[in-house]
Amino acid sequence: MPNRAMIEAEGLVKRYGETVALAGVDLAVPAGAILGVLGPNGAGKTTAIRILTTLSHPDEGRASVAGFDVTAQPAEVRRRIGVAAQATTLDELLTGRQNLEMIGQLSGLRRPGARQRAADLLERLELSDAADRQTRGYSGGMRRRLDLAASMIMTPPVLFLDEPTTGLDPASRLGIWEVIRGMVGDGCTVLLTTQYLDEADHLADQIAVFDRGRIIASGTPQQLKSETGTARLEVTLSSPRPEAVLALQPLLEGEAHISHDGRRLRAAVLNREGIATAAVRALDRAGILVDDVQVHQPSLDDVFLALTGRETAEEEAANEPEAATA
Amino acid sequence: MSIRTISIDGAPPARVGQRLREILVLIRRNLIHILREPMQLSDVTIQPILFTFLFIYVFGSGIPIPGGSYTAFALAGLLAMNLIMSSNGTAVGLSTDLNTGLIDRFRALPMWRPSILIARSVTDLLSAMICTVIVLLAGFAVGWRPGTGVLSVLGGLGIVLLFTYAICWTFGCVGLIARNVEAAMSIGFIVLFPLAFVSNAMVPTQGMPAWLRVIADWNPVSAVTSACRQLFGNPNPSALIQDWPMQHPVIAALLWSAALLAICVPLAVYLFRRRTSD
Repeated sequence: MPNRAMIEAEGLVKRYGETVALAGVDLAVPAGAILGVLGPNGAGKTTAIRILTTLSHPDEGRASVAGFDVTAQPAEVRRRIGVAAQATTLDELLTGRQNLEMIGQLSGLRRPGARQRAADLLERLELSDAADRQTRGYSGGMRRRLDLAASMIMTPPVLFLDEPTTGLDPASRLGIWEVIRGMVGDGCTVLLTTQYLDEADHLADQIAVFDRGRIIASGTPQQLKSETGTARLEVTLSSPRPEAVLALQPLLEGEAHISHDGRRLRAAVLNREGIATAAVRALDRAGILVDDVQVHQPSLDDVFLALTGRETAEEEAANEPEAATA
Repeated sequence: MSIRTISIDGAPPARVGQRLREILVLIRRNLIHILREPMQLSDVTIQPILFTFLFIYVFGSGIPIPGGSYTAFALAGLLAMNLIMSSNGTAVGLSTDLNTGLIDRFRALPMWRPSILIARSVTDLLSAMICTVIVLLAGFAVGWRPGTGVLSVLGGLGIVLLFTYAICWTFGCVGLIARNVEAAMSIGFIVLFPLAFVSNAMVPTQGMPAWLRVIADWNPVSAVTSACRQLFGNPNPSALIQDWPMQHPVIAALLWSAALLAICVPLAVYLFRRRTSD
C-alpha cells in the first residue's frame, strides 16, 4: 500500500446516550510514524482507539487500519494490529509466560512458535525473572511491560497503545519509551495516547491534541510549539503586589495567573530576546521587589494551555489552585 | 496451481484446525485457573459428598420407596441434582471473564469469538465428569449398586452428562445477561433450586399436590432422572405415571437436551456478541 496512511479516519463520531465521545475526528498516520494523541481524561482518546481496534463501532464516519476498513473487515484489521489497552488485559491467575503463550496461540502461532516468541519478548522487556510468577503479583510497571509484550506478539505492522505509561515511575516510563522506539525501528506504525506532554514530545512524530471529542490542533511537536510562539514567565515577588500584573502588561500575551499567596505570577509572554531583563526592569520601575524570575521555553503544556485555556491533568496536580486575573 | 484464498499478508484464512487449537488453548487456561484455585471445584467434589450423605441418611429414612431402598432410588437423583447445581459455574465463570479487561484483549485478536464460549462449556463438562465420579463413589460407599450392565449404566451417565452440557449453555446465557458475578450467581440459584427440587430427583412425585406434580413430571430434570433410574436398573416410581415424558424418559431426556442446545447455543453466541460490542 504505497503512499497510503496505515491509520486513517474520517469524520468519526461516537455517542454514548447523551454524551458525545467523538464529535468528528480525522486522522492520517503514515507507515513507520508515531502519532501521539494528547488530551485530558474524557477527551475521546480511548474511544478513538476502541474504534480503530474494532472494539467499538463508530456512529458516523469511517476508518481504516493497514488498508482495511475497521467496520467492514474487522478480522483483517485484527490480524494486523497489536493493542495495549489502558486497563491491563492480563489473566491474573496465569504466569507472565503463560499469558504470552496463550495470546500467541490465540493469534495463530503453533505452540513451539508461541513458546519461542514468548521467551524472546520476556527477555526483551526484562521480565525473564518474573516470567513464571502469576501476574497478580506483578507491579504496575511489570504489568505494562507484559501488556506491551502481548501486543507485540505477532510483530504487528500497526500498534495501538492507550496511555502506555500512565501511573508508572520515571524509570519504568523510560524503559517503555525505549521499547516503543525499538518497535518503530522494526517498521511498526504506532498510535499512542497520553496525558503526558513530554511523552508526546519525546516519542511522537505527529501530535493530535484532543479536547471534548475533537482534534483542536495537530502537527509535529515543533510546529505546535512554534504556533503558540510564547514562552512562559514565572516571577516570585518578595511580597504580594497585585499591581505587578499592570506593570508587566506590555510584555504579556493573554491572562496572568497569580497564586493564592499573591506572590507568584505566571503568564505567557512573547518569546523575544532579553525578556527576563525587560520583566525585571518593568517591576523595578513600579517599585516591586523580585525574589526569582524564570522564563520557560514553550513546552507542550503551554501549547495545551494556549489551545484549551485549561491546564492538563498533570499540571493541575502539580500546581496549587490559582486565581486568574485579567 | 492449487486454488486457495490467500490474504494480503500471505497467511491463509483461519480454518477448522485453528479453531480447535484456540478452543484447546482456552480450555487449558480454564484448567490452570482450577489448579490455581482448587476451591472452584468444591461444588463438584465436597458438595456432592455432602448431599449424598445428607439425603440418604437424613431425608431418606422418612421417604418410603415402592420396590426398593431410598439409597437405590436416590442415586440417579443425586447425580442429576449435583450436576445441575454445578452448571451455575458456567454462569459465574463467564461473568468473571466478561468483567475483566482480558475479554477486550481476546476481542482484538484474530480469533473466533465463540471459542471462548465453547471452551467454557467443555471445561464445565470436564468438571461435571469429576462430579459424576464422586457421586458414584459416594453412592457405592452408602450401598448403591446398579442392577444392569456396564453399557446400560454408561448410557445413563451419557444422558445425564449431555443434559448437563445443555444446561451449561443455558446458564452461560444467564452469565452473559447478568451485570456482575454476584448477580449471575443469585439469578442462577433462583432458577436452579426449583429446577432441581420440583422434580422426581429426590422424592417420588406421587406425593406432591396435583398442580405441582404436573410441573414436576414435565420438568426435564425428572425425565433425565427417570432415564437414569431405568438404565441403572434402580427403582423408578415415575414409570407408573401416564404423562408422556415419564413413559419415555430416555427419548424425553434426549429431546430436552437437544432443544436446550438448539435454543441456548445460538442465544449465547448472540448475547456474547451483543455484550461485547458497543
